[in-house]
Amino acid sequence: MTTDNAPGTYDLEAGRERTQPVALTVNGVEHRLDIPGRRLLSDALRHDLGLTGTHVGCEHGVCGACTVLLDGQPVRSCLIFAATVQGREITTVEGIGDDPEHPSPVQQAFIDSHALQCGFCTPGFITTIEAFLAENPDPSREEAREAISGNLCRCTGYQNIVTAVCRAAELKRAAGRATAGCAGCPGSGTAAGEEQP
Amino acid sequence: MTTRMFGQRIKRREDPRLVTGNGRYVDDLGTGALEAAFVRSPHAHARILDIDVSGALDVPGVVAVWTYEDLVGKLAEPLPMLLPHPAIEAPVTGHVLAKDEVNHVGEAIVMVIADDRYLAEDAASRIEVEYEFRDAVVGIEAARDGAALVHEEAPGNIAAHLVQEVGDAPGRIASAAHVLELDLDIERSASMPMEGKGVLARWNREDGSLRVHSSTQTSTGVRAALAARLDLPLNKVDVITPDVGGGFGVKINHPWPEELALGAAAKVLEREVKWTEDRREHFISSAHERQQLQRVRVGFDDDGRIAGLDVQFWHDNGAYLPYGVIVPLNTSTHILGPYDLPDYRVEYYSLYTNTVIVTPYRGAGRPQAAYLMERTMDAVADYLGRDRTEVRRRNFVREFPHPIGLTMQDGREGIYDSGDYDTSLDKLKALVGWDDFADYRREAEAAGRRVGLGIGCYVESTGAGPYEGGHIEIETTGRVNVATGLTSQGQAHQTVLAQIVADELGVPIEMVSVTTGDTRKMGYSVGTWGSRGAVMSGNAVHLTAKKVKQKALAVAGRSLEVDPADLEIVDGIVRVKGDPKAQMPLAMVSVLSNPLRYAFDDTARAATQFAGKQDETKPPIAESDKPGLEDSDFYSPVRSTFASGMHAAIVETDPETADIRILRYCVVHDCGPMINPMVVEGQVHGGVAQGVGGALYEKMAYDSSGQLLNASFMDFLMPFAAEVPEIETDHLETPSPLNPLGIKGAGEAGTIPVSAVIASAVEDAEGFPITRMPISPPELWELRRRHDAGEWPSLRRG
Repeated sequence: MTTDNAPGTYDLEAGRERTQPVALTVNGVEHRLDIPGRRLLSDALRHDLGLTGTHVGCEHGVCGACTVLLDGQPVRSCLIFAATVQGREITTVEGIGDDPEHPSPVQQAFIDSHALQCGFCTPGFITTIEAFLAENPDPSREEAREAISGNLCRCTGYQNIVTAVCRAAELKRAAGRATAGCAGCPGSGTAAGEEQP
Repeated sequence: MTTRMFGQRIKRREDPRLVTGNGRYVDDLGTGALEAAFVRSPHAHARILDIDVSGALDVPGVVAVWTYEDLVGKLAEPLPMLLPHPAIEAPVTGHVLAKDEVNHVGEAIVMVIADDRYLAEDAASRIEVEYEFRDAVVGIEAARDGAALVHEEAPGNIAAHLVQEVGDAPGRIASAAHVLELDLDIERSASMPMEGKGVLARWNREDGSLRVHSSTQTSTGVRAALAARLDLPLNKVDVITPDVGGGFGVKINHPWPEELALGAAAKVLEREVKWTEDRREHFISSAHERQQLQRVRVGFDDDGRIAGLDVQFWHDNGAYLPYGVIVPLNTSTHILGPYDLPDYRVEYYSLYTNTVIVTPYRGAGRPQAAYLMERTMDAVADYLGRDRTEVRRRNFVREFPHPIGLTMQDGREGIYDSGDYDTSLDKLKALVGWDDFADYRREAEAAGRRVGLGIGCYVESTGAGPYEGGHIEIETTGRVNVATGLTSQGQAHQTVLAQIVADELGVPIEMVSVTTGDTRKMGYSVGTWGSRGAVMSGNAVHLTAKKVKQKALAVAGRSLEVDPADLEIVDGIVRVKGDPKAQMPLAMVSVLSNPLRYAFDDTARAATQFAGKQDETKPPIAESDKPGLEDSDFYSPVRSTFASGMHAAIVETDPETADIRILRYCVVHDCGPMINPMVVEGQVHGGVAQGVGGALYEKMAYDSSGQLLNASFMDFLMPFAAEVPEIETDHLETPSPLNPLGIKGAGEAGTIPVSAVIASAVEDAEGFPITRMPISPPELWELRRRHDAGEWPSLRRG
């Protein structure tokens, strides 16, 4: 007895799975896809759109490697059907910064703080921290630890990720001051190139 | 003068790619490839009576369904026994797809290949397998009992049995002033990298070649296995290890069934085929480690000097033994730790059970060894009423080299090459405030809090052979391409190996790029395991860089008409010492090293036969020379080098709930001179975090029928940020005399003593012995209840 799929999943005449049109707005760009209704958002991002920075570590919503932002809020893309997020704004790690030569403040903070080793969980942390710092731009170390406590990392022991959260806040504040023209503020404008404290 | 890179906290050169979503892990590759899913056994021990695949064939997009019957030639043979050892009495390995029987939940039985993973899983779920059940052997007691057998060919479930003995431990114990016996228990955990295994196989029908990307710790090993089992010439197989999302040991075992199955499917179907392991598959079909029962007899004098140590342990190796006895062998050869114990006997049994196979997980048997020895040291100290550090110090090795008389995993005798255990202990005591702890405990007690201080010491054989190699070529642009064969899973090889090469060649590190784990670039390699990457490949690229430098100086010397001995390389410029005007960039040296006929660009023009003066009496390439500014070299150590470390922790146990919290965790670590202290500290942090998981949270919860009850991240409690303490580190840098860079391995160090340290600290907080790890709050609560009921002893000091 098989219960793996609902009736009508397959278009047997065409010899393939039935699909439906889905419009996804990812990193500010609208994509029109023709995908099965059960296609996970994580798979749609990775395999249909080629945005492979979003990683899948457990497929049951615990590890957080697949975290993306949905209208600015972190969500587990492995728990969401792509077809259910039409019309919403999705941000992946590539949307935060996809240029190795010009990483975003959070990404630069990870480099500065040795906050990654294998790098597999890192995109999920970066999206999570991006959303956290939007709400709390000046966290304490304890708050920083709390903010990342829903994501698993098997390499770093988290200590340097906590440091990276604080460092990212510093870099973001500095960048904010630089764009506000507050050139006299310590660290402003040049912070991304500084050595780790 | 170029700043020496060795020893600098250089930021990782891997990172800009990885933080911006530009990493390339196996599942990021192979767009449009067919995908595989496997039917895996839901039973721990059964005969397969029938497999009905007909339902699967109705699913659209299904391309192939394979059972054991579809495996041809050597593919149908049992998987290799990778590491034969005289201790192995009954070597049993599995098959690519189960043949007639299954021996653990999760064993692969059928492979389905379809247009995508969704369809492949649909089809797999429609395959019916009929089983005849057998009794499952689960846990060491059941295996040791031997009433039910995992394999008929392994009586008593014994896979291997080994005795190693130096001196006369039983005799010395019999005549010792004091004797203690301990029974210890340590549970299963697993490497559990964030990325599971994965394979992408592509058959090129035009030239009959196979290219496989695998998330492995040994691309050369996988390549050799694929060539052998698919009956292909080695030069028609390449294995590439792309970015790997963590290994920690589990990816050193090979070939995994899926690596061979996918390689074969790609060849037969002439299509690109991919398999990405999901988390449940990783739990039930990769590998676990750690589980042992241990029995210790120790004899000692009034000062705590150990007279003799006699150890027996039983090791659960799971359903099959593809990786031999490396794990129990490492346990048996690392128990002595930093202590001088000339009278030692160890005997172990490695036992089959109907559970997932056991292969190395970070530490690879050493955490169990440290646990055994350090629990013993604490017991001796408690018996004598002496300080735990004092008893340890009484037994330290102080003269090097220190032969221990035991044969290690590399087949060579273990000889501690260098170390300074007294200074390590001094540093650790200062770091954690050992001598002030009594005051701290009194204050805590006055506030109704219960705290304990624990310690654990270890040595680790690192950098085992047989060899690793390096290849370096300097392009005519001055770009330095370095290749080494072992693979990377986050250890910063692209940074630390570049540091070593930049120093030796005198070039800016920005000019150096490092490739690892690609058999197209380096066909000879062993792999990444046993804290050997930096020692082995670090020294290999160092030796290679020396050769390439000599060649560069010779070529530049001819051109500049000076003795090469008078030349130096600074910032990528070869120049005459003391006369910086006589110089040429390495890029030009590279041009000159390769005499050309064709001038395809301005640089090449400088190397053609009509460029510059030539000695027409000699050939353009000297007899002993080769064109190009490139060379290879290999580093092969005579034996392993021993790193060491000591950890201490302060824990707090809740008097009501028995919750256990680590308040402080301190590490003193000695891996010789550090290439990049930032990277070493990162390795220590991560290692300790895994150790904390193994000490307090992680276990594989098998029921008596062999079902793994917690095969998900919901139930297997891997530590999150809230569970891992801030780790305080201090270092010693005692050089190894065994290799040119004087370095020792660091990858596994952080993990090794953690269960010992936490057991020591919880015991100290509670006042009764802790003999089984990991320990959870319910288990501690139950021990308290038994202790209060007089069923569990107190510490003597209590």
